[in-house]
Amino acid sequence: MFSNQIAVILGEGAGRGFSFPPINTILRWKDVVPGINKVVIIAILSALIGTLLFLVASLKDARKAPKGSRNLAEVIVEFIEKNIIMETMGKSGMGWTPFLLTMFVFIYLCNLPGIIPFIQMPATARMGIPAFMALLVWVVFNATGIKHQGLFGYFKNVLFPPGVPKALYILVTPIELISTLVVRPFSLAVRLFANMLAGHLLLVIFALLSQALIQAETQKFFLVPIGILPFALLIFLTGFEILVAFLQAYIFTVLTAVYIGGATHPEH
Amino acid sequence: MEALTRIAHASIRVAAELTPAEAKANAAAQMAGLAYGLAAIGPGIGIGMIFGKAIEAMARQPESAGMVRTTMFLGVAFTEALALIGFVAFILLKFA
Repeated sequence: MFSNQIAVILGEGAGRGFSFPPINTILRWKDVVPGINKVVIIAILSALIGTLLFLVASLKDARKAPKGSRNLAEVIVEFIEKNIIMETMGKSGMGWTPFLLTMFVFIYLCNLPGIIPFIQMPATARMGIPAFMALLVWVVFNATGIKHQGLFGYFKNVLFPPGVPKALYILVTPIELISTLVVRPFSLAVRLFANMLAGHLLLVIFALLSQALIQAETQKFFLVPIGILPFALLIFLTGFEILVAFLQAYIFTVLTAVYIGGATHPEH
Repeated sequence: MEALTRIAHASIRVAAELTPAEAKANAAAQMAGLAYGLAAIGPGIGIGMIFGKAIEAMARQPESAGMVRTTMFLGVAFTEALALIGFVAFILLKFA
């Protein structure tokens, strides 16, 4: 009943007003060159920018006080070492810094275009990049486990965790098998993808809503001032998306570190 | 009561006028909303509890705040996954 009235107010019956476009017009981009569309360009650019930042930083004199790009690079490296590796793997995990650093910077730079005006498409809002990254992490942590514990020892630790009563293995082993080998990479990929897609759709919805209200053709006195509300929320959500972009890159990296740490040093 | 029966009659009339494809799209949209709403309840409570307990722990022992924060984000990530799978189900129901 209410929705009818709202539809009447927004003038939907007359072919105007608010309607959500088909999802393909938001997410599927035309190829610029065959096989290369906007998402691919963003992904390539973010890889290049990340590499360039650290290349330029590494060329500077290490004995002087850091400034500019070197300062930024040092802050990021320190963040990875202090807040991710030391908290999850301890000192023995420091060898993983380059891998986790690359992963963090790449995912963050892929997430960030979601809020940059006129680009506004996070490359991770398509399943391709998150799925491939999750697959990479899956291969890396399983290979690490096999390297450190041996093929037999690793699967024994995964499938038969120590400290569990023998009778419970009927229940525990299938759960552990599925959760380690199937659910881990799946949830890693879906978490990143769904978070970025949800943020992107949220921004699209509020942008369309404020446009529909501000450009309303009937009952202007009433609808145009109301249009300020979704626009204010749109600005707030854009700021919120910066936080989400950072948080998702951080969580992806922390989980990778936890999985690798768990495979290197099994519980006793 | 009278209003309710009127709404029910109206919705039955609307449903009778729809083509099968439209009726299917309608049902999919309704179920999508329901699915995401249900999927968000549990993780919502769970994330609230995680943050509450983490704040409690940090207030009691500020020196262990760093460790608590990392563990908190891990817990949030695992809890949130359920809500996000609900969101993916929403997208699949509504658009696929």
